[in-house]
Amino acid sequence: MNAAIVISAADNVATALEPLDSGQTVRINEITLTIAEAIPRGHKVALRAIRAGERVIKYGSPIGLASSDIAPGAHVHVHNVASTRGRGDLSSAAMSREE
Amino acid sequence: MTAGPSFLGYARADGRAGVRNHVLVVPTVICAAVVAERIAAAIAPVGAALPHLAGCGQLGPDMNMTHDTLAAYTRHPNVGAVIVVALGCEQVVAQQLADSARQAGKPAQIVSIQGEGGTVRATAHGIEIARAMAADAGRAERVRFPASSLVLSVKCGGSDYTSGLASNPVVGRVADRLVDLGGAVVLGEIAEIMGAEHLLAERATDPAAATQLLRVVSRVEAEAMALGLDIRGTQPAPGNIRGGLTTIEEKSLGATHKAGERTRLVDVVAYAAPIGKPGLTVMDTPGLDVESVTGMVGGGAQVVIFTTGLGTPTGNPIAPVIKVTGNARTATTMADNTDIDVSGVLADAESFESAAERVFGDLIEVSSGRPTAAERLGHREFAIHRRNPTF
Repeated sequence: MNAAIVISAADNVATALEPLDSGQTVRINEITLTIAEAIPRGHKVALRAIRAGERVIKYGSPIGLASSDIAPGAHVHVHNVASTRGRGDLSSAAMSREE
Repeated sequence: MTAGPSFLGYARADGRAGVRNHVLVVPTVICAAVVAERIAAAIAPVGAALPHLAGCGQLGPDMNMTHDTLAAYTRHPNVGAVIVVALGCEQVVAQQLADSARQAGKPAQIVSIQGEGGTVRATAHGIEIARAMAADAGRAERVRFPASSLVLSVKCGGSDYTSGLASNPVVGRVADRLVDLGGAVVLGEIAEIMGAEHLLAERATDPAAATQLLRVVSRVEAEAMALGLDIRGTQPAPGNIRGGLTTIEEKSLGATHKAGERTRLVDVVAYAAPIGKPGLTVMDTPGLDVESVTGMVGGGAQVVIFTTGLGTPTGNPIAPVIKVTGNARTATTMADNTDIDVSGVLADAESFESAAERVFGDLIEVSSGRPTAAERLGHREFAIHRRNPTF
């Protein structure tokens, strides 16, 4: 069993199939990646550097935008990825700024 | 004799095939729910009550949704006979529900709590009717139907990373096969299509279905936006986030796999509205599991395949719900709620095709009468979607 899985060639994240440790080296398809921090099973790891504002891609489609710069091997989750859908919080913040 | 996969079901007057033969006990209103449940319990497991929270204090579309959902269940192919339990002063009209059942060729009778003179008399009269209906139901024989007679509801709940990687792609292959055979598949949960709607719209057979899908997804997104909140408060749910799902887009992209990879979108229908076309139909339901399953079964789905990562007990009063998990730990820790473990596909121990073959085989066996885990455990969850406040 692979330590992590990449679903589409366009993806910039992989999903850990087992817990990954900081400093561990894993080979995912053609990429050799050094894990930068502990990644729980089922969570995502960056395959390459993703800049703040760049699209995070899984299943070959965008799953959100990076909310900060993400280094290769870093944990990719709610702390550094923002959804672009159903964000009533952003529209109300924008409205209150306009007031 | 039919060629290809087939199952043993109940022939209904309207041409549809039932996979169960329940005596349905429908309360018109919440006030009649306890009496209805007691009548159904007297003829368990043939009896199936639909306890619900509404039927009065409702206006307009909200009232219609309650009536139309209950009426859809009275016509459902998994139902052989109907008892309507009324209070007597409510908005949902018992006679209309009984007429709905009769128009579908099913015997139907009404018990009114005010008319009978209280709980004790109404329950006793209802049980007397129910026992006679159950005896008739027990004499009905199953006959062979092609798999194309099935309307399959696909649903996921308690999702984690294994849902999008294992159980949903496996069930998607089952959906593809059923649609190839001429059957129908229904997908609900509009909020969990958000972020993946472009993939379904590309597969629409006509532009109207694609446009309607995008319109419904936009409406649900606008409703969430109107609250001024981040939908991440509920989508993904806290347990989804612990399980590794980060955004609604990620959850949706994984979730829509269960509707097949090559099924064509043929229709978009309202909550509990009839699913009339072979192919993939999207139904306008919320993501909340029980409300969603309630609506899709109301639309005519005879069987539900429900994928889960974290495990969940959800059943339905009249339709078997088959639980499939791709999480090996859940298959063990939630063994009594689980029908099929497909976690081998992530461990390279089983191919997706082999796992899909097993799930399809179980779909046929369950359709022919084999009870699911949810049925064995008596899970009969039922909740009608509400659109407006109670008055």
